[in-house]
Amino acid sequence: MSAPTETLLELENITAGYGRIVALNGIDLKVQTGAMVTLLGANGAGKTTTLKTISGLVRASGGTVRFAGEDITQTPAHEIARRGLVHVPEGRHVLRGLSVRENLELGAFTVKDPATRRKRMDEVFALFPVLAKRQHGDGSLLSGGEQQMLAIGRALMHGPRLLLLDEPSMGLAPKLVIETMQIVKRLSEAGTTILLVEQNARLALKLAHYGYVLESGHIRMQGEAATLRADKSIVQAYLGE
Amino acid sequence: MAQPRSNAFNNIIAQFDEPWKRYAAFAVIVALLLIAPISLGPYATVILTNALLYVVLALGLNVVVGYAGLLDLGYAAFFAVGAYTVGILTHTFGLDFWLTLPFAVGAAMIAGVIIGTPTLRLRSDYLAIVTLGFGEIVRFSARNMEITGGASGISGIQQPWLFGWHINTPFEFYYVFVVLAIIAVIVSVRLQHSRLGRAWLYVRHDEDAAEAMGIDTVRVKLAAYVIGAIFGSISGAFFAVNLGAISPESFSFQQSVLILMAVILGGMGKIPGVILGAFIVVLAPELLRDLGEYRLLLFAVGLLLIMLFRPSGIWPVRGK
Repeated sequence: MSAPTETLLELENITAGYGRIVALNGIDLKVQTGAMVTLLGANGAGKTTTLKTISGLVRASGGTVRFAGEDITQTPAHEIARRGLVHVPEGRHVLRGLSVRENLELGAFTVKDPATRRKRMDEVFALFPVLAKRQHGDGSLLSGGEQQMLAIGRALMHGPRLLLLDEPSMGLAPKLVIETMQIVKRLSEAGTTILLVEQNARLALKLAHYGYVLESGHIRMQGEAATLRADKSIVQAYLGE
Repeated sequence: MAQPRSNAFNNIIAQFDEPWKRYAAFAVIVALLLIAPISLGPYATVILTNALLYVVLALGLNVVVGYAGLLDLGYAAFFAVGAYTVGILTHTFGLDFWLTLPFAVGAAMIAGVIIGTPTLRLRSDYLAIVTLGFGEIVRFSARNMEITGGASGISGIQQPWLFGWHINTPFEFYYVFVVLAIIAVIVSVRLQHSRLGRAWLYVRHDEDAAEAMGIDTVRVKLAAYVIGAIFGSISGAFFAVNLGAISPESFSFQQSVLILMAVILGGMGKIPGVILGAFIVVLAPELLRDLGEYRLLLFAVGLLLIMLFRPSGIWPVRGK
């Protein structure tokens, strides 16, 4: 594990909600450059809302989000994406009727230089050989696991400085869950900064450097992943057996 | 579903997958359009002129509906904006027709931005309702304002001169609309393959994914709206000088629906399909004229059948 120093993302006392329903009630969170941080918690704890608030899909009602030193709390979602903060949402959002290649090209839409686009496409194909093999096929006809690879590949085409991954293993067979997590691990080792929301807490804590446990819109607990994993009470109370 | 039934047509179209064949087909169609009036006579020429007007309108609406995936039920409003801008400026203020064209384009752009900015944040079904309202507002305004001539509209609009040539016979106007339609096709093709065209493609498929990858979806949709408005406005401008008279009833909800029908019938987003749709919408009622009152019934049943058996339009989806 490297010793990351610089803070890339910082949430300060973030509150957010949908209408009158408060989803986040004062979240403080930090992600250092090069780190993998995981966000854990039961369904409805506010994990997805936290990611959406960071990427601008949901507006914070209070507090600040800082990315690379700049306040992005009120910045529109597409502008946040342009700065290199890329959200891979739950449900993958593979575009139906478009080929795998066209789906990947969407990720590089804001990349002006064609050489960079080609290089990234090669990198993504090297990381996910199955996408290369099926590049001309309809992206929505891929299996669930392959679609997840496509969604992550599309985000990589963008050249992200920070990757927000929302439950990449959701709905996948156990074997694929492990496979997906290994890919996430490889990305992290290659230097990508990642904020990971994951239902499989055990697995997430094995990969991540640091973890936060959310409960009804609050940060209930936080610490080094290894420490959280070792704490039996946490495992039982929040992470499930 | 009903794919085998239409395979013969699909296969014929697939013959034109090679670019040179497509250009050749385009050239043949243009040549046929150029000689059509000579062999068909004045009545058919007027009908064909109308069909070409619908080609331009439908290609314009296709930018909004087909490319960007926004449902617009009030497209005739932009058609009206162009027609009335030209009508008022030439008739009331005595400006030359060609000088009024930039004003018509400008007015359409302003109308597109005014109606688009607040509404394009809405989901598409709400957008449909708002555009429907917008269409009616424009028609009622035209009907109730003095400058637009109220319910009787504006008549006596001067036919234009082009380099000393007075465009005033139906044949001459036919050729003007041939040129307009060709320009509309070329602009449509170029738009489709532009960076903006790709942004539309992504926004149409998944707005959230597009936004998450850095595409300013509101601006991209607004661009579609404004470009569609310009197509509509230019059509309206030439429509006004062709007829010499305009009235609010030319820009009714029914008009918007007919244009939308041309787009959906031929196949949203597919240029040859949209052109075919425009011709069907104009020519089918004419060809069925002998049937008297039954022709509308037959036309409607035909539309229903096409939509049932070919929901994505007559034109085949191109396999990439």
